Amino acid sequence: MNDDQKHHDHDHDHDHEEKSPQAIRTEALESLLIEKGLLSEHAVDDVIANYAQRVGPMNGALLVARAWTDAEFKQRLLSNATQAIAEYDFQGGQVDHLVVVENTPERHNAVVCTLCSCYPWAVLGLPPKWYKDPAYRSRIVREPRALLAEMGLPLDKKIEIRVWDSSAEVRYMVLPMRPAHTEGMTQDELAALVSRDSMIGVEVLEASSRAGQPS
Amino acid sequence: MTDELESMLLDGRVEPPKANGEVIFDEPWQNRTFGMARSLCEAGYYTWDEFRACLIQQIESWQADHSEQEPYQYFDHFLAALTDLMALKGLCETRELDQRSRAFADRPHGHDH
Repeated sequence: MNDDQKHHDHDHDHDHEEKSPQAIRTEALESLLIEKGLLSEHAVDDVIANYAQRVGPMNGALLVARAWTDAEFKQRLLSNATQAIAEYDFQGGQVDHLVVVENTPERHNAVVCTLCSCYPWAVLGLPPKWYKDPAYRSRIVREPRALLAEMGLPLDKKIEIRVWDSSAEVRYMVLPMRPAHTEGMTQDELAALVSRDSMIGVEVLEASSRAGQPS
Repeated sequence: MTDELESMLLDGRVEPPKANGEVIFDEPWQNRTFGMARSLCEAGYYTWDEFRACLIQQIESWQADHSEQEPYQYFDHFLAALTDLMALKGLCETRELDQRSRAFADRPHGHDH
């Protein structure tokens, strides 16, 4: 096979554009690794499709909704999250040592990876860009109250803020407080209210706009 | 997932992966690089901890010379970490990658057809 035949079909749409050095380097790396038999194009496609479709914050939202409605599960989730979520068989990884921290009226939790971008993929998906930025990574530790306020979450001074820094092993997820006026909602309805940002701890969930409406 | 949906996703004919309305990958090569890094890890060529160590090193060395206000290109570091690790493991030498990159950069446009 010559080089030209090795290109992916999905490159077609981009041919008219000038490729960035990074795009070219990525393409060069992939072609070399395929030649060396270390990688198959198909395997990379599968990984990408899997992360795009099956790995995401909908998984964390399920856990949160269940914890709100099932006290026994919540206890298990808070005491050993990795064990508690094993039954779900979520894809994506990075939850071998998952710790779930609970927000309360007195204490707000937020999650960071100060060194790079560690994040519990299997429950939250891939991290947003701001989570990986140097500004978030340093300021959430240095001045969490000011940063959260800038991100749209002004917290009362009486609320203690705890910031959890991912380590080589441990990944964190926040269990947000259940919004008011959501009594009687099903777990699926509750899960739909849970945002990714609330599970990172940079948002709190407001009372549902759907609550109280006739179903 | 159907093959059709999968090929549309890979083609970029449908929206790229988003969470809370934000795009996770700005450009297709970033998605590709992530896919390669995970594939190689899943195939057992390295542990994610080893990849993480290379990534941290890349990020730290950038941060040593730049302030946190400067534009930060996370996936540039991610790609550099992957190529470092490939060299470190003796799986793909940097010189070889540089050569192939130069050859690809010199291709005329529309080479794919």
